[in-house]
Amino acid sequence: MKEVLSGNEAFARGAYEYGVKVVSSYPGTPSTEITEHVAQYDEIYSEWATNEKVALETVIGASLAGRRAMTCMKHVGLNVAADPLMTVSYTGVNGGLIIVVADDPNMFSSQNEQDSRHYARLAKVPMLEPADSQEAKDFIGIALEVSEKYCTPVLVRSCTRISHSKSVVALKARNTPPIFEPENDIKKWVMVPANARVRHKIVENRLDKLSDCADTGRLTINPVEFRSEEIGIICAGVTYHYVKEAMPEASILKLEMVYPICFEKIKRFAEKVKKLYVVEELDRFIENELKAAGIEVEPLNRSVCGELSVDEVRKLFGKSVREPAFDPRQLPARPPNMCPGCSHRGMFYAIAKLKLFAAGDIGCYTLGLLPPLSAINSTVCMGASIPMAHGMDKATDGALARKSVAVIGDSTFFHTGINGLLNSVYNAGTSTVIILDNSITGMTGHQPNPGTGCTIKGAPTQKINFPKLLEAMGVKNIRTVNPFDPDECIKVLKEETAKEELSVIVTDKPCIFADRSVIKPPFYVDVNNCSGCTICTRLGCPAILWNKEEKRAFIDETLCTGCELCVKVCRFNAIHQRG
Amino acid sequence: MKDINILMIGVGGQGTVLSSDIVCDVALAGDADVKKSEIHGMAQRGGSVVSHVRIGAKVLSPVIPVGEADIVISFENMEFLRYPEYAGKNTSLVVNKYRIYPPSVAGGQETYPAEQTEETKKAFKEVFEIDAMKTATAIGNSKVAGMVMLGKLAALLPFDADLWRTVISKKVPPKTVDMNLAAFNAGYQF
Ligand code: SF4
Ligand code: SF4
Repeated sequence: MKEVLSGNEAFARGAYEYGVKVVSSYPGTPSTEITEHVAQYDEIYSEWATNEKVALETVIGASLAGRRAMTCMKHVGLNVAADPLMTVSYTGVNGGLIIVVADDPNMFSSQNEQDSRHYARLAKVPMLEPADSQEAKDFIGIALEVSEKYCTPVLVRSCTRISHSKSVVALKARNTPPIFEPENDIKKWVMVPANARVRHKIVENRLDKLSDCADTGRLTINPVEFRSEEIGIICAGVTYHYVKEAMPEASILKLEMVYPICFEKIKRFAEKVKKLYVVEELDRFIENELKAAGIEVEPLNRSVCGELSVDEVRKLFGKSVREPAFDPRQLPARPPNMCPGCSHRGMFYAIAKLKLFAAGDIGCYTLGLLPPLSAINSTVCMGASIPMAHGMDKATDGALARKSVAVIGDSTFFHTGINGLLNSVYNAGTSTVIILDNSITGMTGHQPNPGTGCTIKGAPTQKINFPKLLEAMGVKNIRTVNPFDPDECIKVLKEETAKEELSVIVTDKPCIFADRSVIKPPFYVDVNNCSGCTICTRLGCPAILWNKEEKRAFIDETLCTGCELCVKVCRFNAIHQRG
Repeated sequence: MKDINILMIGVGGQGTVLSSDIVCDVALAGDADVKKSEIHGMAQRGGSVVSHVRIGAKVLSPVIPVGEADIVISFENMEFLRYPEYAGKNTSLVVNKYRIYPPSVAGGQETYPAEQTEETKKAFKEVFEIDAMKTATAIGNSKVAGMVMLGKLAALLPFDADLWRTVISKKVPPKTVDMNLAAFNAGYQF
């Protein structure tokens, strides 16, 4: 049977067909849907972990126990999991262990554009890169085989154009999953220096073998399509399709294992073509490997920023591209915005009103940076808000702590925020931390987390109680506020930032997707009372519109969720509820 | 089969993603190869959504090259202006008359680019303007406006209308099948 599947659905299907038993991941665009789709297969145990390091360590345990295991993350997630990755390379595996990492060239929804291929070289583990959904599924099988045969974790690299593209996939039944006896082997699994020194040699040896055998035996990957002998192009992943469409005359060597590189095969290919090029997205990874191995590569004037495309490849080889029908113009932007009824909006309104410096974090609430709220002043990585505010506090002997806050969501707090807060408590910080607890991981599409009260499968589970947790951590000033009451938020913010002690303010209203029961009948603006003061439009709620001609606000009732925030800021009693 | 490139553009919540999924399933059921590439950012939060759908005997890149869209379908009145690079001289435009105001327009800082929209339509080979919201509301649910648009798109593609109806019946929530089919039929006859 054939189906049109996204790359992410295909990765999940691969895990199913090739007998994976355990999947543990933390959501991150564009990788999130892999684990969501895995959760639909009852044969696989799946979970949302609190972060990528925990997820990888969980599947290392599953592998040690003798089962096939997989974790999925985005490129910046691999940074968080980098610590166990470097050492699981040394221990090797028992059951097959794969890490799917999804890069985001062009940064459609990421804070940087890093190229995960460097991690394969850094950790000295093989990396496979599929070019479409069929391969996404198939490569899970190949990766598991490589993992077990060579006793290594295997990285499978995706990118937004693989994960969020769809193409035709032939489905098969689930293989009987291989089961290995759990390993109790101290020399292999206890990485003290004496054991690790031995394992390092094994790792180097493994890499040599992998680069030799990559085109023989069971692993018939890295295929060559021989056409003209004038031009030979080496490429990998989705770029293969760009190259094939743009350069149908060229000979192509498609690298399916992008690390370690199979130099023998490339040398044979290079001998048969007059000019050898490497076309790759982001860094000059393959090109530099080839140059270091003494293989001559023709230079291409290619940017290492952003995505490739058929047109970009055509241009690289001096071919013309078609003219667009019309010119790009200056258009009103349609940025993503916090939803109507979002429980973060009121707190951001209060922060902006008090002109506090907000050390932000990664989540829906990062959108608080957009006008008219413009309430976020820094965003670096998951969990950075609390330590950054702490650093600002210490650097200014508390002065900046009186005028700033750290803002973090519940999921991000569990991810890496909790460590930062412990650090502030321990080191007697005096900053103010706001935990915007909306009981869900909103940004990536509403995945449950330890604050939600259910698992990935919707099964009920322990729900973390923030005030109790904070108390146990030694936080003395703990305040819970209603984020839909800006006056209360302003009052509490003033009080807590003034204290020369650490404070944590928790908001406790759910994301409108976490609990649909919070949606109430919509509000409308009574034009007779509206003074045109624009206070409500400064909330940035997408449901509140401005009528230029009449200089009055009005509410799109199809969008309004009845959150009551605008009612609380209107000083003219102009906003009323329907029904 | 002749290759067909369709660029589908909308605003989060308009059903652009579901519609493009349906096109893919119809193409596969119609024995074609198909690929789709999608950027949906944070679609639920009112952002721009764009899907590239490519149908043919053998599709390579999942992204449409510059100037090579055969059909641009814009689920909102101005959104096609955002992707000038994919339309060429031979591109048809299917556009919804319905406007959704971007935040800066809703907030009164910018104006809706109504003139530009009209002006740019002249660059296309042919233009089909559909009042999908009105049609959908007449059928009884504004939410099926996207399905009206899809009906018009279907009429321009070489697949049997019944094939579309079968796929739609499978893809939409069971309770909404009749409503969606009515919307599809209305669009198909537009
Ligand atoms: S998804 Fe939830 S948290 Fe995110 S912007 Fe919307 S309401 Fe707010
Ligand atoms: S009550 Fe006001 S702030 Fe809340 S969703 Fe409706 S219009 Fe927006």
